[in-house]
Amino acid sequence: MPAYTLEIIVVCTGLAMLLIDAFAKLEDKRSIAWLGLLGIGAAFLLLFKVEPHTAGVEPESAFWIFYADDRWALFYKGLALLATFIVLLLSAEFEEVVRRHIARPGPDAHPQAGLGEFFALPVFCCAGLMWMASATHLVGIFVALETVTISFYIMVAYLRRNAGSLEAGVKYLILGALSTGFLVYGFAWLFGATGSMELKAIAAALRSDDVNTTAALFAFALILVALAFKVGAVPFQFWIPDVYQGAPTPITAFLSVGSKAAGFIVLLRVAQPFLESPAFAEKTALVFAIMAGATLVYGNLAALPQSNFKRLLAYSSIAHAGFLLMIVAAAPKSGAPDALSPAAAVAFYLAAYLAMTLLAFIVMTVVRTRQDSEEIAAYRGLGKTSPFLAFCLLIAMASLAGIPLTAGFFGKFFAFALAIRAELWTLVVLAAVGAGAGFYYYLRIVAEIYWRDPAHEDGSGFPIGTPLKIVAILLMLAIVAFGVFPGAVLGLLAAHS
Amino acid sequence: MSFPEYIILIPIVFAVAILFGAPARFSAILAAALDAVAGLMMASRFDTDAVAVNTAPSQFATAHEILSHPKLSLSFGIDGISLVLVLLTVLVTLAAVLASPAESKIKGGPRLWYISLLLIAAGALGAFCSTDLFFFYAFHELALIPTFLMIGRFSHNTENRVRTAWTVTIYLAVGSLILLAGLIALFFAAGGQSFAMEHLYEHVTTGDGIPAEKQNGIYLTLLIGFGILVSLFPFHSWAPAAYADAPAPVSMLHSGVLKKFGLYGLIRVATPLLPEGAAHWQHLLLALLLGNILLLGLVTIAQRRFDYLLGYSSVMHMGYVFLGIASGNSIGLQGAVLLMFAHGVSIALLFALTGALRERAGSVLEFETVGGGLARHYPALGLLFGFAVFASVGLPGFANFAAELLVFFGGFKPFAADAAAGMKPLQWATVLALWGVVISAVYMLRAYRRLFKGERSEHAVALHKEAADLTWIERLPALLLLVPLMLTGFVPGLLLRFIAPAVEGFTAFLGK
Repeated sequence: MPAYTLEIIVVCTGLAMLLIDAFAKLEDKRSIAWLGLLGIGAAFLLLFKVEPHTAGVEPESAFWIFYADDRWALFYKGLALLATFIVLLLSAEFEEVVRRHIARPGPDAHPQAGLGEFFALPVFCCAGLMWMASATHLVGIFVALETVTISFYIMVAYLRRNAGSLEAGVKYLILGALSTGFLVYGFAWLFGATGSMELKAIAAALRSDDVNTTAALFAFALILVALAFKVGAVPFQFWIPDVYQGAPTPITAFLSVGSKAAGFIVLLRVAQPFLESPAFAEKTALVFAIMAGATLVYGNLAALPQSNFKRLLAYSSIAHAGFLLMIVAAAPKSGAPDALSPAAAVAFYLAAYLAMTLLAFIVMTVVRTRQDSEEIAAYRGLGKTSPFLAFCLLIAMASLAGIPLTAGFFGKFFAFALAIRAELWTLVVLAAVGAGAGFYYYLRIVAEIYWRDPAHEDGSGFPIGTPLKIVAILLMLAIVAFGVFPGAVLGLLAAHS
Repeated sequence: MSFPEYIILIPIVFAVAILFGAPARFSAILAAALDAVAGLMMASRFDTDAVAVNTAPSQFATAHEILSHPKLSLSFGIDGISLVLVLLTVLVTLAAVLASPAESKIKGGPRLWYISLLLIAAGALGAFCSTDLFFFYAFHELALIPTFLMIGRFSHNTENRVRTAWTVTIYLAVGSLILLAGLIALFFAAGGQSFAMEHLYEHVTTGDGIPAEKQNGIYLTLLIGFGILVSLFPFHSWAPAAYADAPAPVSMLHSGVLKKFGLYGLIRVATPLLPEGAAHWQHLLLALLLGNILLLGLVTIAQRRFDYLLGYSSVMHMGYVFLGIASGNSIGLQGAVLLMFAHGVSIALLFALTGALRERAGSVLEFETVGGGLARHYPALGLLFGFAVFASVGLPGFANFAAELLVFFGGFKPFAADAAAGMKPLQWATVLALWGVVISAVYMLRAYRRLFKGERSEHAVALHKEAADLTWIERLPALLLLVPLMLTGFVPGLLLRFIAPAVEGFTAFLGK
């Protein structure tokens, strides 16, 4: 089965969800979300059945210029599918809040009118993320990126009776459109400088001597602006805190995990030709190093005074982008080919980040639906009222902070190891300072839930549904398992490639 | 499965069992007792005649590879040094669990309390048994969060506990990160192939070793990283408040056991792998350890609260261990390892008794208000305290005496070999450090007199009116610690027969 079948399944699932929402009379529209879960889950299982196409055997169709189905692409497709699966679960949990914040068209309309698209959009977005993982042609990258971004424009502003959500939507729309402009302009320059839109041909052109260095570097800078916006790297991070805070919680989770993972694979694919070409490697790596340093410092220090949990995670997502960029900056000096490759380190980091962030967002969604607050103070004494949720948060925060024997620690460990091998000492010091600050702001949550007593002593906890509970337990197991056996994830990448 | 794996796994398994509802105190005591039995069995099966191929711990060795590039393996092994530290850990853990209050008396979650204690113990045991640098580091970090939760949640000092918990956690976390950077740099300097200690030692012996200019930088990083964890002057400021404010069992485990991790790391990793770096920074280390012994010794004398006095004294005594490490010869290193054991047991004993005193006299143990003539109210407590104080001062008959003596001999050994060359900085430092013995006698005996002897102030009489002496349950952990302390004090050979071959291996390795 070729890889693109997966995208076909996902898109068909999305279309089916829209059609059912429009034509079937559903008692409870959450069944649309269950359908989506079915489709996404099926696609995820089929991921392991994908057979890579063999180049050169069959007559080469133009399609494979646009589309890669290597191990990396499949790995990131898996991440996208997993993230979407959990986000759909969370969206179903979040249904009540969404209903409260969208206007009903009329008194006799369905009480859940307007909810169907909230479940369908993540599925389309997922298809975009999956294309992005496979895109090897500038046009393909652009189309996939826009599919994702446009879905997000709608999802971020979905709570249309909520000023925060609308503000987030407008900010994301304007800045996102601007970054798209930069991206297209950069692609145009890159095409002009190298004469091709295929990444392979671009790489070859950049290695040759007759490329116009200035033009290529200018193109790189423009593209970097757009991609830095996507992954939330300083100085293009301004949208992140506001948009994260305003967007519906499941969408924030999606944004911080799916959008970042996709941003990084495109960044790796586009930056790779530059980082591998002798004429550009040093300059581009320097730009990445500066960006990584600034991102590490800003993300970690700005997270310190936050009192809103969602905002805190927004800054934490900036900080993690800093660690990831540190890996990219260390790429040209990564040494022996049999050692850990930077791309593998990025992939592992993103997988760990997915597990721990989504775990935190599961708790946040459950608390948010029962209690109209996202302040850290709302989590006081959670250890007493809801021990399970508190334990989830403990694991998630320990992993985000990088306590050993959790997946998050290995992510940071690889990042530090690569940077030290590349002898980027300034960056190592900044990262150590950042990680030290991280201990404070992540453990603050732990302190709040275990040290303090609940704000109001009615003793009621936050009930969590069985499917979410199972997912949370699986995520916790994954965090600990990958924290002891990182080879389980890295093995997926190493096999056959 | 081998002994080290059982010893590490038992506390973790029981901690998980408590999480799922097993009776907390009972399970914790059972786990600690099983661990103590396993530790003693391991010691009885330990082969003191075995000659290690190189200095990596090789007995009861197991390894499970978990990653091939870079090579990481979950591997454990034991030699004389780690065996003594494992024995120390299981002993202090059992005492700490026994000294914990009954479940009904723990406000705010008895389960959290016992799970945390077991995890701190598991972290220390894992670090001492690991023969892979990565897990050596990772296990130690595992103890960070339980300590953080324990101090913040259960400290008796309700005003300052949040501050104290944060200070300790951030300080130690940053120290660990510096340490991690140093370890990774060491890994790449030693070929970048494997984190296994065996491999690193082999690289140093068979290859050309690590270039000198790299050694200096890496050793300094490791010294600062380990130094923060051991409260080397001037990185000590987290320790006294932490030990004074933490619940007694946490102070016992942290100052008695966990702090030894940094010293163990210096002996096991930094000194043998980076001999030129160690030589280069020897004078700095001597100056800093004198800061620990003399400067902090004087600070200790000035303390007005007994728990702070203990905290500072624990920091001060680390100076002797550093002196043994700085001497770098066989006698000095044997003394350092023996002192790690002796100090761990004696400080745990002091903190256990302080915890008992705190239950009777309130949480702020100021000499002025609490003390005077307490031995009359609490004869058993007074007697045990007396023993603990004598041990801490280093009176003959306690392991501390034997250990400090060896450390001082170690400081003078190079001098004896070459007396004509005159006193070197190491000998000067040893002479100055000898005054530390006087200082610790001053503060410890003075503190004992002010608390337990002499006239009773009116306030103290009122405070201790309904006094009851230690129950047998409370005496048990103290006896458990006191008996081994005196046994090894009278017969230090009990432990030195394990320590000596391992240390000889090291010195042979260094003198290659």
